[in-house]
Amino acid sequence: MAGELELSRRGVLMVGGASAALATVSPAEAQTPPPDTAPTQMAVSFEINGADRTLELDTRTTLLDALREHLNLTGTKKGCDHGQCGACTVIVDGQRINSCLSLAVMHEGAKVTTIEGLGTPDDLHPMQAAFIKHDGYQCGYCTPGQICSAVAVLDEIRQGLPSHVSASLTDRPRATNEEMRERMSGNICRCGAYSNIAEAMAEVAGARA
Amino acid sequence: MRPFSYERATTPAAAALAARARPGAKFIAGGTNLLDLMKLQIETPAHLIDVGPLGLDRIEETPEGGLRIGALVSNSDLAGDARVRRDYGVLSRALLAGASGQLRNKATTGGNLLQRTRCPYFYDTAQACNKREPGSGCAAIGGFSRQLAVIGVSDHCIATHPSDMAVAMRVLDAQVETVNAAGETRAIPMAEFHRLPEDRPHIDTVLPPGDLITAVTLPRPIGGTHVYRKVRDRASYAFAVVSVAAVLQRDGTGRVAFGGLAHKPWRVEAAEAALPQGAKAVAAIALAGARPTHENAFKVTLAERTLAAVISDARG
Repeated sequence: MAGELELSRRGVLMVGGASAALATVSPAEAQTPPPDTAPTQMAVSFEINGADRTLELDTRTTLLDALREHLNLTGTKKGCDHGQCGACTVIVDGQRINSCLSLAVMHEGAKVTTIEGLGTPDDLHPMQAAFIKHDGYQCGYCTPGQICSAVAVLDEIRQGLPSHVSASLTDRPRATNEEMRERMSGNICRCGAYSNIAEAMAEVAGARA
Repeated sequence: MRPFSYERATTPAAAALAARARPGAKFIAGGTNLLDLMKLQIETPAHLIDVGPLGLDRIEETPEGGLRIGALVSNSDLAGDARVRRDYGVLSRALLAGASGQLRNKATTGGNLLQRTRCPYFYDTAQACNKREPGSGCAAIGGFSRQLAVIGVSDHCIATHPSDMAVAMRVLDAQVETVNAAGETRAIPMAEFHRLPEDRPHIDTVLPPGDLITAVTLPRPIGGTHVYRKVRDRASYAFAVVSVAAVLQRDGTGRVAFGGLAHKPWRVEAAEAALPQGAKAVAAIALAGARPTHENAFKVTLAERTLAAVISDARG
C-alpha cells in the first residue's frame, strides 16, 4: 500500500492517525494497561466527489485518513490533526468541517467534496483560479483547506448567515474584507498569505454579486 | 486512539440503555472535542454510541412561547436561526464568538454543554490533574494559571468551563432536557447543570453517567438589549479570558453572567439588583469571594471593566 511506503516521509504527521498509533508508544501510554478492546472493522459508504465509495475501515479512522490513506485523495492535508489549523477542511453535505475531527464511520451516506472535487487543473473552480491570480499562498500546504473553506464562506454569506463581526444579527451580511477575515479564522497560513487570500475571495464574491 | 467498538443509536432511550449496558461507553455527536481528547488518550472509551442518527436537530416553538433546541442542532444552525437572532441575540452572539466556522458546523448543542475544560494541565498527560486522573493533584495551582478560574475554585482544581454558548444559556434561564436508561425524562436548570469542582473535579455536570441530553429549552423571550462581549488574546478563534453575557432593559435592570471565570457559567442573581448602580456595584457582589492565583488576579478587574463596557454599549 502507498500508505506504508510513505510512512517515513510523513511519519511525524501521521502520529495522530490510527495506522501509526499502534506503532507509537509514548511514556503516558506505556504506564497504562493494554487495551481490552481489539480493533474493530466496519463498512462505510459515502459519496466522494460525486462517486459512490464503500470502505472497510478500523473504526478509529478519521474522515481525513480515509480520504488520504484509503482513497488516495491526498489534496486534503493533515496539519495539526486536532481541528486547530484548518488544513483538513472539506465540504460535507454542503458545510465545511475539519475532516480530522470526524470519524469516517460517522459519515454513512454523506456527500463529501474535497479540493479534487472542486476543480481540476484543466477546469479550475473560480476560487482556485482566483487564488492563483492573487498569489493566495506560498508553500501551498494550507491551500486546499483554505479554498474549501473560502468556497463555503461565500455560500454562508449568500445564505445571509451573520458572523461575529456582523453589526446586525438580522440584516444580510456583505462580503467585506472584515467579514472574510473573521469567517476564515479557522484556517491558519503560516506563510502569512492572508491578505492575498482575502483578495481572491473578494474577487469571487464580486464576480457573483 | 485506543480501539473502540461503534454503534449507531436508534432512539434516545435506547442510546441511554446501551450506555448503561457498556461501562466505559461514550456518546459521540459532533465529535469535535471527544475525538481530540481520544487522540491524546485523555478519553479512552471502549465503545462509542453515535447519537447522530437520532435526529434531535430541530428548533421548535414550545407551548409557552419559548424554543426547544434539539441536542444535535449544530452551533452554526442555532446561531443562524431567525428566531434566535431576533429574540435571543445574546445566544447567537455567544455562539458566533466561539470556535471556528468549521467547528461550529459540527459541534452540537448538547456536546457544547458537555465539552471538557481547556486547562493546559488537563491536556498534558505528563502533569498532575485531578480532573483527568482523580487524586493525582493539580499542577495548575502554582503553575501557569493566567487563563484559569478565579472564583468557585477549590484546592483540587482551578479549571474553567470553556463554553460561550453556556454563558448565554445561563443568562436566558435555559433548561437542559435529558433521558435515562429507564426512559425517564428530566429538565435541569442551567444554573444547576454544571458543578463547581470541590473535591471531585473529574465530574463536570450533574448529569448521571449514561443519561443523554435530548434538548435545551429557552423560556419565552424577555426583550431587552442582548450583548455578548468576549475578551480574548486574539480577535477570533480563541477561548475567552473573560466574557460577559447580558440582557439589559431600558429601566436599567437586567441579567448578567460571566464566562472564563469559573468551572461553570458564573451568574449571581443577587448582584443583578445592583445593575442600575453600575458595573462596580454588580462586580462587588458577583465576584465577592474570588480567589485568583498570582497570575490571574487581573481577571477580576477585567470582568468588572468588561461589564462596564457592556452597560455603556447597551445604553448607546
